[in-house]
Amino acid sequence: MLKVEGLHVYYGAIHALKDISFEVREKEIVTLIGANGAGKTTTLHAVSGLLSPKAGSIRLDGHDLMKTPAEKIVGLGLAQVPEGRRVFARMSVHENLMMGAYLRKDKAAVEADLERMYGKFPRLRERSKQLAGTMSGGEQQMLAIARALMSKPKLLLMDEPSMGLAPILVDEIFKIIQEINEMGTTVLLVEQNAHKALAIAHRAYVLETGKVLMEGDAKTLLDDERVKHAYLG
Amino acid sequence: MTQFIQQMINGLHVGSIYALIALGYTMVYGIVKLINFAHGDILMVGAYVGFFALTAFNLPFGLALLAAMVLSALLGMAIDKVAYKPLRNAPRISALITALGVSMFLQNTFRLLFGANPRKMPAVFNVQPILLGDLRIPPLTIITILLSGACMVGLELIIRFTKTGKAMRGVSEDSKAAKLMGINVDRTISITFAIGSALGAVGGILYSISYYQVEPYMGMMPGLKAFVAAVLGGIGVIPGAMLGGFVIGGVESFTKGYLSTTWADAIVFSILILVLVFKPSGILGKNTKEKV
Ligand SMILES: Nc1ncnc2c1ncn2[C@@H]1O[C@H](COP(=O)(O)OP(=O)(O)OP(=O)(O)O)[C@@H](O)[C@H]1O
Ligand SMILES: [Mg+2]
Repeated sequence: MLKVEGLHVYYGAIHALKDISFEVREKEIVTLIGANGAGKTTTLHAVSGLLSPKAGSIRLDGHDLMKTPAEKIVGLGLAQVPEGRRVFARMSVHENLMMGAYLRKDKAAVEADLERMYGKFPRLRERSKQLAGTMSGGEQQMLAIARALMSKPKLLLMDEPSMGLAPILVDEIFKIIQEINEMGTTVLLVEQNAHKALAIAHRAYVLETGKVLMEGDAKTLLDDERVKHAYLG
Repeated sequence: MTQFIQQMINGLHVGSIYALIALGYTMVYGIVKLINFAHGDILMVGAYVGFFALTAFNLPFGLALLAAMVLSALLGMAIDKVAYKPLRNAPRISALITALGVSMFLQNTFRLLFGANPRKMPAVFNVQPILLGDLRIPPLTIITILLSGACMVGLELIIRFTKTGKAMRGVSEDSKAAKLMGINVDRTISITFAIGSALGAVGGILYSISYYQVEPYMGMMPGLKAFVAAVLGGIGVIPGAMLGGFVIGGVESFTKGYLSTTWADAIVFSILILVLVFKPSGILGKNTKEKV
């Protein structure tokens, strides 16, 4: 469904992505793992159109994402839960969720999805009138996920959804990611918590300094000595 | 007491004009972090459009106002597209200098086209002032306050309840996150310039009617004072611009009434300095750190 080939991204003189290729197939959870600065966020930003790669190709179900402006990409069924959540702090929870459905015209279905989100994340329903900026980190992460789901994505990109959360919440987030996947949404998950990510993913890619170092079945990588040594401590 | 209320009414009159103009500064700042120093000149252009619509074309006030709003909106969008958009990722100082350049360009173009001499703006609402005891309330004052109030309520409704308004809020908070929602950031910025400029045009027409004239440099003073109002209220904060406008109008009017006309401008501008020194985020501004 998503196919990235030979991707090169520069920040000025910094060569951040050097010939990255990977693929996400329908119904999969694929994870990109790697240390700080490996290029995980850069990769997701390139896919979502937030930056323009120097070379390479990004295709989503036959659409050329390199030629698609960022604001059109969500309409093709790709949503992102960005690093650091980036909820709209001065909008209410409800308004944030509706921002997720910004492009949708099917009002009745949007209302139904909103109900579903409130069902799935009861905390958001309790706080629907509260300003997003005043919520806890965990609540904001739930909101960022729910906001992304409001666009009805076929493919959901998630950038370190467990970052900065208490262990119990981390487990909950990973459970939610699995549920989202079981409901039929394909997931591309970026994580530093390699152990947990590999445990729920089908396949994985290991990034290091802008290159794909290893790729393969998640269970296999989980047992790989080099991965164990470098990322699983 | 009568004197006090009279000054208060005058303050509301000029204050509502400053508030309208301040909204343009604050909306543009909120969305692209740029002090659009050409905004004062956009209101000058709006006033000229109104002037010609009323005199050369003999249009009724409502249509003259509409023409000024539409043309100023288009001008604001064009300025953004030609002058500011190419600099969106450049250091902020570049855009600021460009804004000053656009301001001088507009002033000098209008001087070239229509001469430096002020032209007399027709007194549109030339009827007897309403007398309440010793109070004199000119109909223009009432119309100015009502019209400005209607514009502000309209703006608030747009921002709160329409998709465009939500897009504006989203982009001003986090333009990348807004893009991820499917919001067209460039178009949203363009619409913001259009709305801010249209409000500026209303302010420009009301200002020129209040002072009976139009001239190429007329945008500078109200522009600067509205800028002070926007900073005082908290730049980027929409209710702040309204509040700031009324405060500045009040301060100016009371200074003129109780102290002396010559002091009014000095006092208004010292407010700018005081705000910048003691509370740079303004009355309603948040002390949050700025996002990059
Ligand atoms: N805006 C930027 N300007 C310059 N360099 C950047 C920028 N953003 C990222 N980089 C550089 O690009 C490289 C990849 O960064 P990226 O944010 O993609 O890493 P990451 O894998 O997401 O790391 P983390 O786990 O810390 O989030 C790093 O060397 C980083 O310093
Ligand atoms: Mg990152």
